[in-house]
Amino acid sequence: MTFALVILILFLPLLASAGILMFARNHPAASAKLSIGAVVISFLASVALFRSGLSAENLPAELAVRWLNVGDLDIAFGFRLDLLTLLMLVVVTGVASAIHLYSWGYLRGDRSIPRYFACLSFFMFSMLGIIMSNNFAQMFVFWELVGLSSYLLIGFWFERPSAADAAKKAFLTNRVGDFGFLMGILLLWSQLGSVHFGQIQTKLAENPQALGTLTTVVALLVFCGAVGKSAQFPLHVWLPDAMEGPTPVSALIHAATMVAAGVFMLCRVFFLLALPAQWPAWMGGLSWSALDVIAWVGGITALLAALMATQQNDIKRILAYSTLSQLGYMVMAVGLGGPSPAMYHLATHAFFKALLFLGAGSVIVALHHEQDIWNMGALAGRMKVTFWTFLLATLALCGVPPFSGFFSKDEILALAFTQNKPLFFLGLFVAFLTTFYMFRLVMVAFLGPAKKPSASHARESEPVMILPLIALGLPTVLAGFWGIDAVFGRGFHGSTEHAGTWWQQMIFPFHHAPVPALASLGAFAIGLASAWRLYRQAKTDPLSTALGAGSRLLQHRFYLDELYERGIALTQDALAGIADFTDRWIIAGLLVRGIHGTVELTGRILRLFQTGNVQTYAFWVLMGVSALLWWVLR
Amino acid sequence: MMPVGLAHYLVVSAVLFTLGLIGVLARRNLLLVYMSLELMLNAANLALAAFSRFNDQLDGQIMVFFIITVAAAEVAVGLALIVALCRQRRITRLDELTYLKL
Repeated sequence: MTFALVILILFLPLLASAGILMFARNHPAASAKLSIGAVVISFLASVALFRSGLSAENLPAELAVRWLNVGDLDIAFGFRLDLLTLLMLVVVTGVASAIHLYSWGYLRGDRSIPRYFACLSFFMFSMLGIIMSNNFAQMFVFWELVGLSSYLLIGFWFERPSAADAAKKAFLTNRVGDFGFLMGILLLWSQLGSVHFGQIQTKLAENPQALGTLTTVVALLVFCGAVGKSAQFPLHVWLPDAMEGPTPVSALIHAATMVAAGVFMLCRVFFLLALPAQWPAWMGGLSWSALDVIAWVGGITALLAALMATQQNDIKRILAYSTLSQLGYMVMAVGLGGPSPAMYHLATHAFFKALLFLGAGSVIVALHHEQDIWNMGALAGRMKVTFWTFLLATLALCGVPPFSGFFSKDEILALAFTQNKPLFFLGLFVAFLTTFYMFRLVMVAFLGPAKKPSASHARESEPVMILPLIALGLPTVLAGFWGIDAVFGRGFHGSTEHAGTWWQQMIFPFHHAPVPALASLGAFAIGLASAWRLYRQAKTDPLSTALGAGSRLLQHRFYLDELYERGIALTQDALAGIADFTDRWIIAGLLVRGIHGTVELTGRILRLFQTGNVQTYAFWVLMGVSALLWWVLR
Repeated sequence: MMPVGLAHYLVVSAVLFTLGLIGVLARRNLLLVYMSLELMLNAANLALAAFSRFNDQLDGQIMVFFIITVAAAEVAVGLALIVALCRQRRITRLDELTYLKL
């Protein structure tokens, strides 16, 4: 029964994708129904699996069939079912169901709808594969498949050069991270002889020294994969550009699910990351553990992204930087030794960030693909549902009780408070920035005066787009009371703590760690007040003139893209120079011309002997015979 | 009077051979070169016969008979070639014959 459910969840989207490509390439409605149907059934099956899994005592369960068996290498195609998997399944398929439905409204009239839904279903297949994999090799395969589907969907409108470039950028940047990931997997395999999560965990539990001096290196290489996929500094540059894709894609892939895969993977292999620091001897006894590095990378990403978000003007880009920043939070939580808060935040973030993107998409459609917030304004009255759901999601993102984001963010801050004070203050500052840029967006786009006539003629979107907004609004508000953290707590620490009543859930943060909870509320209040003061009636951004060069720095994302571009160009030039030198002087010069010249010279010399005169030849024969005689008789 | 020994024969043979060699290398006339060639051949014959005589073995002399026979046939072929060259290409001097060079 369980096995059937698992197969159903994983392969239904693949079947839908294949079905669309083979039979419904010219039928937009049929392809949409196929794709939406597949994901909804997957969702229902996930819920069923989740309910049966919660009651089962024998988690984690494994289902596997033989797949790859070469020499010592034995890889099964298998599924690992534990609480982490089950909950992630529900979150991903749930958010995806809403977004699939929304896509149907958002893309109405586009001539490539079947291609869109085929890619989307294919993405679902790949993403679910990552979640359920029970070994590194299989996960890596699906890892690459989500990369591919992300590429296909970012470049959905490939006629636009910017979209095609963004797709390429995303793919290539991810390759950099994936290279490290693959190295890590290979190192693990060479050291432990297994790529199976459970086996690795057992081996490392029996002998934490099993990886020797490579421990931290392996952990950081595996983290490289997350840096690429979850867009952490310094590989974060692809995510804002990925907003070139259709908005539902941004919501599903580049906010809720795929970019969270990195965090999910880190939580999955947390036992590996948490090993005590051990560096190779030549690194000179560094004391940093893998977790320290991860925490700081996450913190820096959160801070940089939040800073950049304050001076962006494209509604989707603001949300993209916000996503980066929240992913930074999650990675930081993992680094601080808290996979459970990280996953909690991942789950709530999936709901409210998807909702934010869908709301932004609704605005974009209403304004006929206008994305600059300074061309919007006064939309609150015209697009009531969009506005209210957007506001709810914003409050959740900013961490206002009783919305879901408050609880998950508070857990992270409370963790930072006990583990690492500098990161706690950094997190607090990011929380302030989050509130500031999100309310800047809300005030300018929804509340302030209409800046363009088009904004004052906007109409609410159609029901097929409004329905998913409401559907996602529900968990955005309520996910804090569902005891998700208790589920993860059981999954990671084996604690038997059960979720209390909703009121106990509500006051838990203040009861448990009052300082971070109150501090984050304070950060919210300051952020809200400053955004209100600056942007309530603004028609242009007062901050960009006030900050001058600083604002330009933020708008241009600290010139990191330019820096990378320059760096890549220089590297390419240097490599090309070396290749040119090798080709021109070593291959063409020394090898080709050298061999040719030697042969030619020898030929010229030998030609002198060829006179055509028989007597000369006879003379040479005489000389030869004489030499031979002299040599023999000597 | 000094008895004639193997060394004498060999010296005569060597002189004949050298004369023939010089003729082959230095003369230009086709026929003269050919004659010098025969001279070298017969110098070798002389050496063979002398060795045979002084070693009391008949092998060398039998060999000489063979060589003379073959040489007669070879002369027939060689002279025919020379005549053909003279007729076809109007060549009588060896240094005009450079067809071996491309």
